[in-house]
Amino acid sequence: MILALETSCDDTCAAVLRDDGTIASNVISSQGIHDRYGGVVPEVASRHHLELVNAVVGDALRQADTDLDGIDLVAVTQGPGLVGALLVGIVTAKAIAATRGLPLAPVDHLQGHVAANFVGPDPFEPPFVCLLASGGHTLLARVEEYDGFEVLGRTLDDAAGEAFDKGARMLGLPYPGGPALERLAADGDPEAFTFPTAKNVAGLDSSFSGLKTSLLYAIRDLGEEETARRAADLAASYQSAIVRALVDRCERALDQTGLDRLTLGGGVAANGPLRAAAERLGANLHVPDRALCTDNAAMIASAARFVAPVAHPGYLQLDAYASGERALA
Amino acid sequence: MRTAVTETVSAEETAVVAAELARELRPGDVVLVSGDLGAGKSTFVRGALRALGVTGPVTSPTFTISRRYRAAGRELSHLDLYRLGDLAAEDPALLDDEVGGERIAFVEWPEVGEGWAAEHGRVAARVRLDHAGRDRRVVTIERP
Repeated sequence: MILALETSCDDTCAAVLRDDGTIASNVISSQGIHDRYGGVVPEVASRHHLELVNAVVGDALRQADTDLDGIDLVAVTQGPGLVGALLVGIVTAKAIAATRGLPLAPVDHLQGHVAANFVGPDPFEPPFVCLLASGGHTLLARVEEYDGFEVLGRTLDDAAGEAFDKGARMLGLPYPGGPALERLAADGDPEAFTFPTAKNVAGLDSSFSGLKTSLLYAIRDLGEEETARRAADLAASYQSAIVRALVDRCERALDQTGLDRLTLGGGVAANGPLRAAAERLGANLHVPDRALCTDNAAMIASAARFVAPVAHPGYLQLDAYASGERALA
Repeated sequence: MRTAVTETVSAEETAVVAAELARELRPGDVVLVSGDLGAGKSTFVRGALRALGVTGPVTSPTFTISRRYRAAGRELSHLDLYRLGDLAAEDPALLDDEVGGERIAFVEWPEVGEGWAAEHGRVAARVRLDHAGRDRRVVTIERP
């Protein structure tokens, strides 16, 4: 079995994947476990990864009904992400591998999101177009193989999840803003306001900073009272612009590649209107379970099956890489 | 202290002002960039990083807190402290590598953490961006 760790951003994650590709456990620190540690929600750059990592690994093994004797390979996210956070996972993985005499598989976080499609109750096989949209990343990938992908387009500024969160912040909604904005939007008219969808951005890249500024000016023009009265319409129109921008690019990517298989990943894949709009494209659509869409370690274990494992002592040299430091496959 | 105030009419012009500042920077410098949501902080930093030779995507560091770049033999970083809220609850050592040393760093929301960024590097400039209607911005640059 594979034991995987993922600490690239806010959550401390560990998972165990069986040899037949089924998930034995998938533990994510922000989803319940932290209640046992005084209700602390882990934050980036905090000591919390360090405080939680041993407990999260222990829980992943326990829930998988195994211990380190049952593990054949240790996998860990190497990047991209915040180096300080990544190092907690990398050092822990090295320590486990070294003390147990196991090989170690370094995994790219974005490849992990792609590999989330290869596990679960209903695995989805290449080739397909993958839209990955989260708080930290927004990209379209062409996936032809299990061990790599080609970037077709990416955001030029803000990520889609970040656009949701910043819009929510402007509308006075609580963090995390994505789900709160979606709930508010359910009561609004998506055509009440016209927000830009970055149509002028060429090819398959996207841009959300202009949209963010448009919402800001709409709120300023309306004034406090009218903004409060029309908050649902603002949320619905803003959400609609994000969804249209993403789905338009998915459609272009399907056209360009000639593929008829599409997957959604990242936290934004949980958005109902996005799923509905993606379904209307008519392609064969796959959306992994929510626990596999947000940051998690099961996807890292899944990707590790297609990475050449590094033996001792080679893996002791492995270092974290931040965003933008390593060209993607 | 020298203060320069420029009014720009487009994101492109804001980027040009940033590029001019970037050419003065030396290794170890920190530029603090303040302004409201949508004021153009990331546009400004992108303009500066382009001038320093970054050719790839320069995307928002809001979620990852910091993004690093390497261009023309220099180490660069772009931070956004907004999500940290209060560094007192954090371990600042985890961010020490992101500023100072030989690195040129641009820090958005530098107010967070009560001036942590200013203490960890040599502040070369404090930039403030203000809305002046639609795409117009007032860019205020203070140099020590």
